[in-house]
Amino acid sequence: MSDITANTPIHGSSAPRDAPMATTGPIAWLRANLFSGWLSTAVTLLLGYLIVRAVVGIVDWAFINAIWSVPLSPTGVAQTQVCRDLQGAGACWAVVTEKHRFMLFGTYPYEQHWRPAIVCLLFIGLYIVSAMRRFWNWTLVPIWIVTLTAIGILMWGGVLGLPYVPQERWGGLPITLILATFGLAFAFPLSILVALGRRSSLPAIKVLCVVYVELIRGVPLISLLFMASVMFPLFLPEGMNIDKLLRAQIAIILFAGAYLAEVVRGGLQALPKGQYEAADAMGLSYWQKTGLIILPQALRLVIPPLVNTFIGFFKDTSLVLIIGIFDLLTAGKTAIVEPAWQGFGVEVYVFVGLIYLCFCFAMSKYSQGLEAELNRHRRR
Amino acid sequence: MSDATVDPRFRRKPPKRPLRLSWADERVRGIVWQVVVVAIIGGIIYWLWSNTVHNLEVRRIATGFGFLWREAGLPIAEHVIPYEPTDTYFRALTVGVLNTLKVAVVGIVLATILGTVVGIARLSKNFLVSKIAGFYVEVIRDLPLLLQLLFWYTVMQGLPGPRQAFHPAEGLYFSNRGFRFPALEWEGAHTAALAACVVGTVLTWLYARVARAKQMADGQPRKIWPAAIALILGLPIFVWLALGAPWTIDWPALRGFNFRGGMAVSPEYAALLIGLVTYTAGFIAEVVRAGILSVNQGQWEAAQALGLRHGSVLRLIVLPQALRVIIPPMTSNYLNLTKNSSLAVAIGYQDIVSIANTTLNQTGQAIEGIAIIMLVYLTISLSISLFMNWYNAKIALVER
Repeated sequence: MSDITANTPIHGSSAPRDAPMATTGPIAWLRANLFSGWLSTAVTLLLGYLIVRAVVGIVDWAFINAIWSVPLSPTGVAQTQVCRDLQGAGACWAVVTEKHRFMLFGTYPYEQHWRPAIVCLLFIGLYIVSAMRRFWNWTLVPIWIVTLTAIGILMWGGVLGLPYVPQERWGGLPITLILATFGLAFAFPLSILVALGRRSSLPAIKVLCVVYVELIRGVPLISLLFMASVMFPLFLPEGMNIDKLLRAQIAIILFAGAYLAEVVRGGLQALPKGQYEAADAMGLSYWQKTGLIILPQALRLVIPPLVNTFIGFFKDTSLVLIIGIFDLLTAGKTAIVEPAWQGFGVEVYVFVGLIYLCFCFAMSKYSQGLEAELNRHRRR
Repeated sequence: MSDATVDPRFRRKPPKRPLRLSWADERVRGIVWQVVVVAIIGGIIYWLWSNTVHNLEVRRIATGFGFLWREAGLPIAEHVIPYEPTDTYFRALTVGVLNTLKVAVVGIVLATILGTVVGIARLSKNFLVSKIAGFYVEVIRDLPLLLQLLFWYTVMQGLPGPRQAFHPAEGLYFSNRGFRFPALEWEGAHTAALAACVVGTVLTWLYARVARAKQMADGQPRKIWPAAIALILGLPIFVWLALGAPWTIDWPALRGFNFRGGMAVSPEYAALLIGLVTYTAGFIAEVVRAGILSVNQGQWEAAQALGLRHGSVLRLIVLPQALRVIIPPMTSNYLNLTKNSSLAVAIGYQDIVSIANTTLNQTGQAIEGIAIIMLVYLTISLSISLFMNWYNAKIALVER
């Protein structure tokens, strides 16, 4: 066909045609992804304008007009007038410069701040080790026990020449990490038991598990935290008292356990029935079947949603603010109570938000990478 | 597999084995384990309960719900129904429940709209649009909701005072006392028009059913939209005109130190609503995106090959299939939004948690206060679940 048209000019029009539109290269990419039609072009131009405006505004606010430190008066009160004179045209990062130790470590004795700092690093190291697939076996258990013990020693002190620091003085980031880590360390085994119980053939155990899961999932975490803070003391015999942090920790464990149990149950249900039957046919007992055949496969199936649930709980630990426990967010909120720093909430929340963002973003990217890796055998 | 192919020997139930009183018998083990577990849990509950009863006696804390009928004496700034501090606790708590519902219902509607827009934007062919939507979803989901609420509340408080209020258009004021909008002065004619609108919607639905039945009978499609416009829009307008077409706008105006008139939105409500909507929309966007991606490309192509137009393909082929994937996770997002509205207590919006918390502080009756909170949320959660399960069953795939 092309030979005929090339060799026999019809109507005498032999003018050379334009080269076909490029389908590769940056210009073609631009045309396909930004200017594919008049609507797309208009949207691109409008959004481009808005992005430039926003970026210029943010850079102006956060960097160019920002104030990074303010002088202290002889009495030790910060002179924030220079920040107030900006009237919102620039950020007053001085509040972060001045208060970052307080926000990160709360009322922990100032000269001992290296201890919670090491604790935070230990926690991060623990997360990284737990995230590596090489360690997904029994070696994780001693690693966790040793690290958590070291964290306890560092925080409390009283031994090895470290001065004792009562729990009431802990605060900031270590509290957030403690609540999240201990919460998950206890909630995860609990959730596996509950998920197994919910699929059990024993009616009494099944009913108990269903009631627990549905009851907890039907109410907000705040109501459980309130329960821990005002109702729990009534539950205990006279004279016995558990401190507030532990009570909140128990509430978080019970809450996380119910949600994780539903995720684990999803994995148990997704496993083909043949696996259960084959294990029965081998003559394995219930716990052998569960521990050796079912759980290793079922948990692997639900790792990505598990990590997503972990992210949710990491964020939800911030709710302890409402019952007055001194976590990272509470420390941030308290930092701006001081009259000198009142009205600089945006800067503080941006700082605190960036810390949360680092942790959650890392977990979220990790979960996405893991999901892709675990699904590799499905891709063709 | 039909019954005929089953070996008749397998159709009988296996004979019931007598229970042997031995640890080797699986059923005996099951019964023993259940008794043990129930006994342990029951023991713990009994222990906690007896401690509680003892503690309540020692501390002379009253029990029961009698306090509900006493005078509350707690001021509530925002109330849907008339309320005075001299009213009972029961009425105060009702106001709290209505405040929770007010933020939850509006939040669910707005979050669904925003989430759907962002979810579709993430699938856009336009690079900028999809990247911005992706950035929004990633950032908003990685920050604690409480932090976002505090942030928005701080932003609200940072707005100028009423005298220097931000004033973009006639009758619109944004200040640290909240937002003010012009409002319609509600009269009897408006109520009648609203009723006419409801009647019109029902009639349209009936008409659509009849039209569908006729189409099934003779294969001719019938246009529904002219009837829909006439009934849903025309009928209320006719009623409103017939009743004299009242139209008075209540303009907000600065009087002294604050605004009078118009519709007011408090800074607490605005911060809570903005926070809840933007946060939940991030999650809904992912749900919508996954739902749309779950519909096979072949479905689009097959529908186009049948000669359906783009809108019809979306409405008749793609959406019904995508909704099946979307509805269950959407339900849990709605439940989450409702439960998350309890964070209102942190920024001073008086929802049920906030009012119940004040109540239990004033009366000292912690157990009753928390029981009320839990009961309210369980009822709301259950209602949303039931409704969404009904809707889910309605659109579920009908298989043989």
